[in-house]
Amino acid sequence: MRHRKLTGYNWTVFIILAVGSIVMAFPFIWMILSSFKTTADVYAYPPRWIPSSWDWHNYSEVFRMIPFFRYYFNSIYTSVAQTLLEITLSVTAAFALSKLRFPGRNFLINLIRSTMFVPMIVTLIPLYLLVSRAGWIDTYRGIILPQIFSAFTIFLLMSFFVTVPNDLLDSAKLDGCGYYRILTKVIIPNSMTAIGTAVMFSFLGHWKSYTWPLIITNKTNYRTLPIGLKYLVQESSSEYQVMMAASVMAILPVLIVFMFSEKQLVRSVTLTGLKS
Amino acid sequence: MQKLSNRITIRGKIYERDQVRAATVLLIPTMVVILFLFIIPAVQVVWYSFTNFNLTSGQASFYGIKNFTYILTDDKFMKALGNTFFFAFVKLAIDTTLALALALMLDAHIPVKRLLRSVYFAPVIVPVVASSLIWIWFFDPGIGPFNQILSSLKLPTSQWLYHENSALMSIIIFSVWKGVGYNMILFLAGLQNIPDSYIDAAKVDGANNWQMLVKIKLPLLRPIVAFVVMIGIINAFKVFAEINVMTPKGGPLYSTALMVVYIYEQAFQNAKMGRASAASLLLFIIIMIVTLIQRRLGGKKTIDLA
Repeated sequence: MRHRKLTGYNWTVFIILAVGSIVMAFPFIWMILSSFKTTADVYAYPPRWIPSSWDWHNYSEVFRMIPFFRYYFNSIYTSVAQTLLEITLSVTAAFALSKLRFPGRNFLINLIRSTMFVPMIVTLIPLYLLVSRAGWIDTYRGIILPQIFSAFTIFLLMSFFVTVPNDLLDSAKLDGCGYYRILTKVIIPNSMTAIGTAVMFSFLGHWKSYTWPLIITNKTNYRTLPIGLKYLVQESSSEYQVMMAASVMAILPVLIVFMFSEKQLVRSVTLTGLKS
Repeated sequence: MQKLSNRITIRGKIYERDQVRAATVLLIPTMVVILFLFIIPAVQVVWYSFTNFNLTSGQASFYGIKNFTYILTDDKFMKALGNTFFFAFVKLAIDTTLALALALMLDAHIPVKRLLRSVYFAPVIVPVVASSLIWIWFFDPGIGPFNQILSSLKLPTSQWLYHENSALMSIIIFSVWKGVGYNMILFLAGLQNIPDSYIDAAKVDGANNWQMLVKIKLPLLRPIVAFVVMIGIINAFKVFAEINVMTPKGGPLYSTALMVVYIYEQAFQNAKMGRASAASLLLFIIIMIVTLIQRRLGGKKTIDLA
């Protein structure tokens, strides 16, 4: 029904969108091209859009200016740990909330939903004091543990778990499965795409996390990548080409994940966005 | 299967004992986490906001409502509050219009639709600090591409992040670029949910594209617009990273300081934990009010369209 020919109207729309997409992509194109520029290229007049030579000088400069490997490792380590913990918590909670009957279920769902209306900044000060009293400033624990809960992830998973047919659960029960086996043998294998999506969302969220790691780290050793980039801005004092090289290295993994998972990511945005 | 001993009656309702037990075990970790990350901090933030808790001295004593009176008469707080609403409304106006226009265009029958959609969505998932670094260069008054392009076109240039009149607007431009794809996706989903029969019926009645947009598509998108507006206002009260990176210390004459910047400054630069707690409590109350207003306004108008 929707197979129509491309009319003049459609082509006009296409051209507007194509021009707009160049504007949207321009910062990324600029970032990649500029990461190869020399200082002379940056200050050239008239401006140079294409670098005069393609060498990796700015990339090595990033490693000279800041302990970039350490930041990268810290970001990967904390993001992976947070993602694993968050997904484990969310899968178990989402299963119980979507498939089990127990008293207080609605209360719990409302409690979890209400956490969505509490921005991080409201709980930031007590959490900071809690973590500092525990002596966890400048530790991985201190970075990781306060960021392992997401109502968003729980609701995303619940919306998939409810679609697993109850017949499957009942027949597993008849085979003598307990509820933990049902979770691991029926629900999880049947929702791998959903869990994969939740993993990606969760990882991307933790990878870019800024405020918490900023206040909880004083020592260079425990800074994550976004915090490291902030200090690079201060230390490089407008050596933009070096900042671009650092950005490329921070953004590239995310863009690669995005290219392989664009469909699921977009779908879950609509799902959770519209549901809540 | 169903043994009688497996039944359990709680407040007049019958449950299966092993189901209740499994649910309890599965939910305990989440409950503990919510307790430590939300409930205890929420109680504490209320308590701290009535004390003069200082981080450097570690001293805290009851302070009455002095934190609140201080904040509400503090020029910086009022400036931050005003900035936040300015940011929220200007950004929303631009962002929502643009996202809606993009969604309507992407809903048309065009080539390489998926690729185009991805390009508009890509900035959403890119880490905010890394993309801020690119835009710091864009906004450079001397060697930034914006001013270079403007001056080569003989147009007036701007000081962007470095002048009080343009700094917050620059941050808004960045935020629109960063976030427009998200709202676009929501609108696009809304458009694709409109049943073909509505569109076909309108065509039979001889409606043109414009009438179709105004009489059918926009009214049906209304709940999504309401949602986007609410989230947009709430999110303005969370913005921090891009401002902290692009304009440290709240920008020229505090012009880019939003609420979170103010709270961060009070807590971690001035060590005034009590005062900062009071400010974050006020922030939370504002968010609640916004949410309630949205519920009132958005709740009624959505049903009669279905």
